[in-house]
Amino acid sequence: MLLTDQKAKFLFEKAHAIRQSIIDMLIEAKSGHTAGPLDMADIFSYLYFHALKHDPKKPDWTYRDRLVLSNGHICPVLYAVMAHSGYFPISELKTLRKFKSRLQGHPQRDFLSSLETSSGPLGSGLSQAVGMVLAERIDFGKTSSKKFVCMMSDGELDAGNSWEAILLAGKERIQNLTVFVDRNNIQIDGFTEDIMPLNPLADKWRSFNWHVQEIDGHNFHAIDGAWTQAVSVFDRPSVIIAYTIPSKGIPEFERKYEWHGKPPTTPQEIETAKKAMHSVRTMGGKVCGEHE
Amino acid sequence: MIVQNQKLNPKLFDQDVEQIPIRKGFGEGLLKAGEMDKRIVGLCADLTESTQMHLFKQKFPERFVEMGVAEQNMASVASGMAAMGKIPFITSYAMFSPGRNWEQIRTTICYNNQPVKIVGSHAGVSVGPDGGTHQAIEDIAITRVIPRMVVISPCDAIEARKATLAIAKTMSPTYIRLAREKTPIITTEETPFEIGKAQLVFEPNHSKQNDMKSDIIGENRSNEKRVDEERAEIGIIATGALVYKAIKVANALEKEGKKVKVLNISTIKPLDENAVWELAHETGAIVTVEEHQIMGGMGSAVAECLARHYPVPIEFIGVKDVFGQSGTQNELLEHYGMDEKDIKEAVNKVLLRKK
Repeated sequence: MLLTDQKAKFLFEKAHAIRQSIIDMLIEAKSGHTAGPLDMADIFSYLYFHALKHDPKKPDWTYRDRLVLSNGHICPVLYAVMAHSGYFPISELKTLRKFKSRLQGHPQRDFLSSLETSSGPLGSGLSQAVGMVLAERIDFGKTSSKKFVCMMSDGELDAGNSWEAILLAGKERIQNLTVFVDRNNIQIDGFTEDIMPLNPLADKWRSFNWHVQEIDGHNFHAIDGAWTQAVSVFDRPSVIIAYTIPSKGIPEFERKYEWHGKPPTTPQEIETAKKAMHSVRTMGGKVCGEHE
Repeated sequence: MIVQNQKLNPKLFDQDVEQIPIRKGFGEGLLKAGEMDKRIVGLCADLTESTQMHLFKQKFPERFVEMGVAEQNMASVASGMAAMGKIPFITSYAMFSPGRNWEQIRTTICYNNQPVKIVGSHAGVSVGPDGGTHQAIEDIAITRVIPRMVVISPCDAIEARKATLAIAKTMSPTYIRLAREKTPIITTEETPFEIGKAQLVFEPNHSKQNDMKSDIIGENRSNEKRVDEERAEIGIIATGALVYKAIKVANALEKEGKKVKVLNISTIKPLDENAVWELAHETGAIVTVEEHQIMGGMGSAVAECLARHYPVPIEFIGVKDVFGQSGTQNELLEHYGMDEKDIKEAVNKVLLRKK
């Protein structure tokens, strides 16, 4: 589907609403991850509001595309796009991480059946996505048009299990799998290249027989171009390494690994986050927000 | 005597009793399950023939995935396939699956509630010469503790085939434990098998001790006295390859005049609590027998059940918190205290503890 300028603008606004929801959820939950959900808001918005075939009214629709969230800790962004798509009420987002909530701290299918998988422990989501594609190939051969997407973090590429899955997908030459790596360069203990260097990351994937693209993860036309190319690759799995700015949308938090695994909790932090959201919504005070 | 209605192998006590590796039964069962159900797929981590998955692979190459030496990936790929409607069987040595990939099994299979069947071959010290690295003696403990997991431990190749066919029809995450070495055939095609049901395989020989006909016709003894005389005084609860040894010990004890019952726990989880309770209630003394660490194994499951419902003295046959080593099957079973003489000693010990 062509991404018109008008649609790109729509997605930009959607992504902002998603970021707003993420901040609201985290402030309410008082725990959780900030950097990853915010930096993946654009790609998730692109997938849920433009690229993927899915029906919130029929979450178990057989022919839906499948999105596997491997880095389960960024689930606030998944919950937010699901709520904004209509899988459940947006008001439910505020139950994140609360007792008996469907929105568990890390995604759990028992609680929210419209999830494709439960996740949290890093490095095993890609294995599941590869398994899904292999099962699809057994049933429908190589011509299936169903798309399988796996969302991964860069930090989880430290895990050996990730590379076992990357090896297998390369060996099997599966064609309808696209991985997005959130290349935000941070993990809990610091910057990825200090903790466990991954570069040259694109070369690594390429040497495992993957089709590799590197993009700006906040540019909808770049995301669209990469996606269009990825789904047209026939004989290889595809990875899109998306360079993102951790905590994108809150300038004071951006690029700081300290925001990987905590929410805004102090009055000052909450104020900063809310102000940033307001500032984007009003284009720096030039226009009124839609609800003002 | 062996329990008649279980239709066990009549040649059970013969010197030349037929012996087949338990894993062979799995291989045949999987092939048959694959013929009956297209949803069955097979994944193996570079041990296809050794785990007997080669039969399935030869017949259904399009439903087989060679994973290479990557057990963690195998568990989660299987979960993904199950999410798309498949019933995957994954095989490796028990030491590596569910040993190495425990967290992937917990999260992506059990937490996700996917019907993946984990087949752990070469369990127990009987693997022998390969040594301690390859002897899985902790696998029952680490699988039965995971919610939703069903744990199966067949006593011979025939039971393994039936168990494989049975678990292929359920939607539960399941671990099935197999031994490498040749194991005497205890059951027959006619022996009943049901997931979650323990089988009584040995019981006191009533006909020798009293004439059943005279009971019915003569009414010359009170019912209470008759029941008392028929009551077994010791219950042996065994699982896997050591069930055969438990039966042999029971047979020898019977010749010494002891009244013994042997229960085959082919499903460790969910445990057949009724059968365990009944045996404890009748005998008041239990010996558990397994080729596994005493801690956390089948005996622990039995103890957990009886401590709650009917506490009786229990002796445990199993590995006593140590690792294995190289040796022959017999050398190792003797060294680690899982031989027939050890079972017999445990029986005598528990009888002394009985009030």
